[in-house]
This record gives sequence, C-alpha cells and structure tokens, in this order.
Amino acid sequence: MCETCGCGDPELVSIDVHDRILAGNDRTAKHNREHFREHGVVAVNLMGSPGSGKTAVLEATARAVGERRRLAAISGDLATDRDAERLRAAGVPSIAITTGSACHLDAEMVHRALHDLAWRACDFLFIENVGNLVCPAVYDLGQAVNVVALSVTEGEDKPLKYPVMFRKADLVLLTKIDLLPHLPEISVAAIAGALARVMPRPAMLPLSVRSGEGLTRWLGWLEDTRAAGVSRTAVLERA
Amino acid sequence: MHEYSILRALLDRVEAEAHARSASSVRRIRVSIGEFAGVEPELLRSAYTLLRERTICQDAELEIRAVKARWECPLCTRRIAPGEVLQCPECRTPARLASGDEIMLDQIAMEVP
Repeated sequence: MCETCGCGDPELVSIDVHDRILAGNDRTAKHNREHFREHGVVAVNLMGSPGSGKTAVLEATARAVGERRRLAAISGDLATDRDAERLRAAGVPSIAITTGSACHLDAEMVHRALHDLAWRACDFLFIENVGNLVCPAVYDLGQAVNVVALSVTEGEDKPLKYPVMFRKADLVLLTKIDLLPHLPEISVAAIAGALARVMPRPAMLPLSVRSGEGLTRWLGWLEDTRAAGVSRTAVLERA
Repeated sequence: MHEYSILRALLDRVEAEAHARSASSVRRIRVSIGEFAGVEPELLRSAYTLLRERTICQDAELEIRAVKARWECPLCTRRIAPGEVLQCPECRTPARLASGDEIMLDQIAMEVP
C-alpha cells in the first residue's frame, strides 16, 4: 500500500501463524520420546500434589520389583535433591532437577538430565514431576504415560478442581488408602465418580505403600503399559 | 506460574517471525487459550506487561481469545456438558475434547519498512 503511494510509512503486515506456543517444547518432547522408544524404555510422568506420596510410591515400586526390572528416576524439586536421594537409597539410580522457582518440568530440563543419568539400560524411567496439580499438566516431556498420585486425605473434589491435570492422566493412583478407616467422610466411590467427570477413560488404582495393598496391580499395570509399548514398536519396525 | 514460561516462548517465537521479515515493530499479537489449557489468561496478560519491555513487542497489543471447552462423542458428535460423566450417554464411547485445550499463537501484525 505505502509502496504504491510512496509516503515512506512502514507497511502493516499480518502473519497467520496458527502454531502451538509450546511448539519448541513439543519438539524436544518428541525427541525424548524417540530416545526412549529406541532403547525400549517406558517413561512414566508421575505427577501429583506435594505430599501425595509420589516418592513413597517409587520407593515401594523399587522394593516390590526387586531384580526383575531395572528402574531409573528423574526427580523435579523446587529447592532440594531429597527425593532423588531417597530413591538412590531405595536402589534406584536417580538424578534431581532443581527447578528453582519453576513449578513444573519441561522437555528441555528432562533432556539435559538424561545426559547425567544411565537411563538407557533401564526398563522404566520415572519422571517425578514437581509437586503441583496445575503447571506440570501443560508440558509434554516425552513420556509414554501420565500417572497422577492422589492421596485419600486430599479430598473427593480434587479431580473436579483440577480437571486439566486429571484429564491427561492415564492412571490415577489413589494413595494412602490405609488411612481410610480414620477418614469416615472420604468415600472411594465418590472419588471414582469425580474422576469419571474429568477423565474420558477413568482409571483409578487404590494403593497403600504401608500395607502393600494394590502394589501387585500397579506392577501389573506397568507391565501392561510396557507390553503395549513394545508391541507398538515391533509393529513400527515391521512396517 | 508457568504463564511466565509460556509468555517467554511466545515472545521468542514472535521475535523470530518479526526478525525473519525484518519488521521494525510488532503491533498486535493474537493468541487462543482454551478453557482446559491450564493457562490463566489474566496471568498471561500480567506476564506480558512485565516481559514485553525493551522487546520488539513493547508497543504491541496482546489479544487473547478464550476458547470454551467442548466435549463430544467421537462417534456421533453428541455434546456432553461440562460436569457430566465423560462418556456418550447413548453409545458409552469415551468423550473427546473437541476444543478447549488450545495454547495457540494465531496471528502477528507487524510493521515492515
């Protein structure tokens, strides 16, 4: 326009982009996912509130799995590497990502952490996200599955209050069920009912690391996930 | 407060697009944020006010289009109201989020000399 009239004013140009703002993160996540697939590693993004029992679930998983499967972990924490220390003590090679003020892990942080962890030899890589029911749901890390730990003490309405997080969950681990006898106001059926309103494919597994209840089912779920992943890879390789 | 890191990613992308076209300034940025995106438009806006200083977007208006969440049956496209069980009442198929999880950069208006 202004080229025509010669007034010398800059031209206003509109560019249609229509791309995800987090396209950069998505690319790195895809790259991580390809790494995991290539080495037959099932990456599990474990999310949940602070204190929902994420680290305790992983400690119990390591104990229950024994020598049958090799585990590794990346733990996101705001200020300490305490979770990674606990997991190393439980025999799981682990590395901490100290996020400072960041409330979530992103694909680049995970990618950098992979350089400092012997993850290729493991069967399951647990990415223990920062304790938070909001921000971690937004970032793809390259995981095969999302698991959300929800403890019975958090209340029945948490899924309805944080629908974005629960919508993305492939499985909800209902933790600390050994406390249920002390919580007459909490109903497991009500929690399942709330999940059905935020998860199109509701999947909940009640668990207690203290009594061991539910651990066998949890290990079974992990094995099923691994089998599904391996068969998908086999199909891709044949094609 | 992941809105700050989302805004940082947005500014990086807008700067790259503006640079590629040798733009002298950016006048308007249009984004779409879904109700189920996990992003608070108001927090995004305050992050923008803070982070746009001394960037090519300093004088650019940020337009945020809020997209409502819409659940539907993937087979019969029957709508499922928010708060309902996320399953088609007719055929029991798990619902699909047809819209509402967008975190999109739609359009940039820039001045090109």
